[in-house]
Amino acid sequence: MNWFLPPSVSTFGPEIDRLYYIILVITGVIFLVTEFLLVYFLIKYRKRDGHVAEYIEGSMKAEIIWTAVPAVIVIGLGIMSFGVWSDIKDPSRIPPDSYELILHGRQFEWEATYAGADGILELDCEPDEIPCGDDFSLLNQINVPVNRPVTVHLRASDVLHSFFLPDLRVKQDAVPGMSIPVWFEATQTGQYTIGCAELCGLGHYTMEGVLVVQSASEFQQWETDQAVALQDESPGGSTVTLPEETAIQTPDNAAAKEVMVASGAEDS
Amino acid sequence: MSVTATKTDFDLLPYAGEQHEELPFIRKYIFSTDHKVIGTQFLFMSLFFLLLGGMLAMMIRWQLGFPAQPIPGGELLPDTMTPGGIVLPEFYNSLVTMHGTLMIFFAIMPLLVGVFGNLLIPLQVGAADMAFPKLNMASFWMAFPAGLLMLASFTVEGGAAAAGWTAYAPLSSSGEWTGVYLGQQLWLASLFILGFSSIAGAVNYITTIINMRAPGLTWFRIPLATWSLFITSWLILLAMPILAGALIMLLSDQTIGTTFFVPETGGEPLLWQHLFWYFGHPEVYILIVPAMGITSEVIANGARKPVFGYKSMVLAIISIAFLSWIVWGHHMFMSGMNPMLGNAFMITTMLIAVPSAIKVFNWLGTIWKGNIHFHTPFLHGAAFVSLFIVGGLSGIFMAATPVDIQIHDTYFIVAHLHYVLFGGSLFGIFAGITFWYPKFFGGIMNESLGKLHFGLTFVLYNLVFFPMHSLGVQGMMRRLYDPYQYDYLADMLPLNRFISISAFLLIVVQLIFIVNFFMSMRRSNKCGPNPWRANSLEWTLPSPPPHGNFQEMPVVYRGPYEYSVPGAEEDFLPQNEPPKDVERVPGPFEQPAD
Repeated sequence: MNWFLPPSVSTFGPEIDRLYYIILVITGVIFLVTEFLLVYFLIKYRKRDGHVAEYIEGSMKAEIIWTAVPAVIVIGLGIMSFGVWSDIKDPSRIPPDSYELILHGRQFEWEATYAGADGILELDCEPDEIPCGDDFSLLNQINVPVNRPVTVHLRASDVLHSFFLPDLRVKQDAVPGMSIPVWFEATQTGQYTIGCAELCGLGHYTMEGVLVVQSASEFQQWETDQAVALQDESPGGSTVTLPEETAIQTPDNAAAKEVMVASGAEDS
Repeated sequence: MSVTATKTDFDLLPYAGEQHEELPFIRKYIFSTDHKVIGTQFLFMSLFFLLLGGMLAMMIRWQLGFPAQPIPGGELLPDTMTPGGIVLPEFYNSLVTMHGTLMIFFAIMPLLVGVFGNLLIPLQVGAADMAFPKLNMASFWMAFPAGLLMLASFTVEGGAAAAGWTAYAPLSSSGEWTGVYLGQQLWLASLFILGFSSIAGAVNYITTIINMRAPGLTWFRIPLATWSLFITSWLILLAMPILAGALIMLLSDQTIGTTFFVPETGGEPLLWQHLFWYFGHPEVYILIVPAMGITSEVIANGARKPVFGYKSMVLAIISIAFLSWIVWGHHMFMSGMNPMLGNAFMITTMLIAVPSAIKVFNWLGTIWKGNIHFHTPFLHGAAFVSLFIVGGLSGIFMAATPVDIQIHDTYFIVAHLHYVLFGGSLFGIFAGITFWYPKFFGGIMNESLGKLHFGLTFVLYNLVFFPMHSLGVQGMMRRLYDPYQYDYLADMLPLNRFISISAFLLIVVQLIFIVNFFMSMRRSNKCGPNPWRANSLEWTLPSPPPHGNFQEMPVVYRGPYEYSVPGAEEDFLPQNEPPKDVERVPGPFEQPAD
């Protein structure tokens, strides 16, 4: 049993974690007190010979106390949550100079699209034409710079998916027909999990990706390399081949392997 | 308070004395209009689905505890489900979908509403039967085929529905995404029919409670079980049509080419979620409120004390029912709905903690200074209270929108909903079945077996579901066929295996209940009308009550929880016992002294 959240590596992570631990302490105390009272009463007022229950119909004073106290606690928690939620989810509060990319969820992969050498991300690109212009895209991997806000324009081409970065405290459903801006700012370089948190079909459990957080210089180098590599290959946009270590591991059992092959064939 | 019985009231109620002709077998046990028989039919049907839903859960737990290993006996299932005993990913998705669907719609809901609504309402309000007995019969005979239709979906090509019990569109709106075509359509049709059954039941319950109460049974003398079923019936009556509408829209998307939920041609995937949860959140309370009523009954009876704050218990139920209509957005915090709506829904959701806390503290107040008889129904009721505390408190984590970001769609939610639906509703159901068993089958269930079943179930239940909170906090998502594909979840296998083994034991100890349930039906096990020394009207009748229930119209003089009244001879005082200063029992047309 582990009640501690995994370490967070985003700017708003500590805010969420603080709220979580406040609620954990408050509910933990209420849990202990009420369960203790329950057990204590059960033992103390167990049936004994010659004993009679006391005829008590209720108490208005008690009712007012246990109506008012929980109300104050939960409304307080609500007010504490307002600001954090708005900072994370309100589109108008997305930091203005954020690095932008598009992320498409589809059965059963994530496709990230980056601005190419021209530095312009083609946001109006139709899903079946990605990437447009000299944009480039890669599968099941997102590279982002550390300590810089990143806005992911989250989209889905078939069914609902949910973009989940457990280490960064990010979760947002990807909805067909919508482009939902999701922002975060990673505070530590490294590789982190991208998961799908919404049931999206039989390969749902394989829809894993990797978030690569790089230092500013590394990221710039990576971006340039990608754009150059693409220009050498073809004038239009293209999909970058996945590095070996980030490819999805194939499932253990044979049936699931077939599934993977089938879905891969469908999407290519 | 004085109440006058009118001639009309009396005419409405044919009492047992008037009709004693023997009915043929088929009218007595199959197409019966007797509310007790219909309640018993619902009992057998929903216990069967409860067991089946439990078996599906075992297969889910097997896959999570022992991934890619053959289920013992799994090779008996068709190769489209478990070839060589190994669960297929597509079958796994059907398992989670059908486990949720069967448990919610065909086990918990009919157990609480179909079973206890039917058995208790006429008995507790002092009526001969429901207001519309034939509609009542129709209610069961719609629910039963709906269940068969749902079962049949396992056998069709493509298998049973696999888009989750919430059937989120567009995954559910076309077979091309799941490979399930007919299965999903049968799922939709089955729930549509079940909705009619529920509405028919709700109309009956509401009418019966409003129109057919015995003289003297004022609103604030109604037992809390009936009160909770009354409020639940309103939720059903208002929520089910919304589901029916949504189901028809989704079925049209599936079959005749409409695109309500498909964006390419102007549809909107979020519309399904709004409709589903606008029905779905009241549904959540349909699944818990009657169990709260049952818990109040057994706790007061066990503690030999009046329910602490009876009126605030009633008001708390009404508040919960009201709030249930304005909280659906909390299921959609991560959905892409305007995020600023999140703040509004967070506050309404948080407010539900208030009536929930009122109920918990009033239950604690009820056992305070009591003289507690630890009979099996009371134990289940006390378990309800202790587990509902956990389920209520974990709800606060999810209501706080920023925290929900991390735990939404994880095992934290699975833990929470099972603390409410198993820890709450199912323990409430066990309390109800053991308490009112005499009114179904004439005897009381074996107390030793009952306590053994209770103790093992309570311990194993917590071993299964409490650790799930931890899995969720670590970020383990729901509905993953093989979570260990994710590196960071790989080391959660031991905990998952522990949960799975506990779950297998949990279902094994339910055999004790099954044995006790059937063994206690034998004729030598008869008990008197009032084995628990309780006050409400059903305990004035023989066990089981005859067709038509009351020989003469009961007259009610007081509330249902007059236990340990100072000066009374016994520690209980039945609702229909005339006050001492009344010389004789007044007839139904007289004004009872108060």
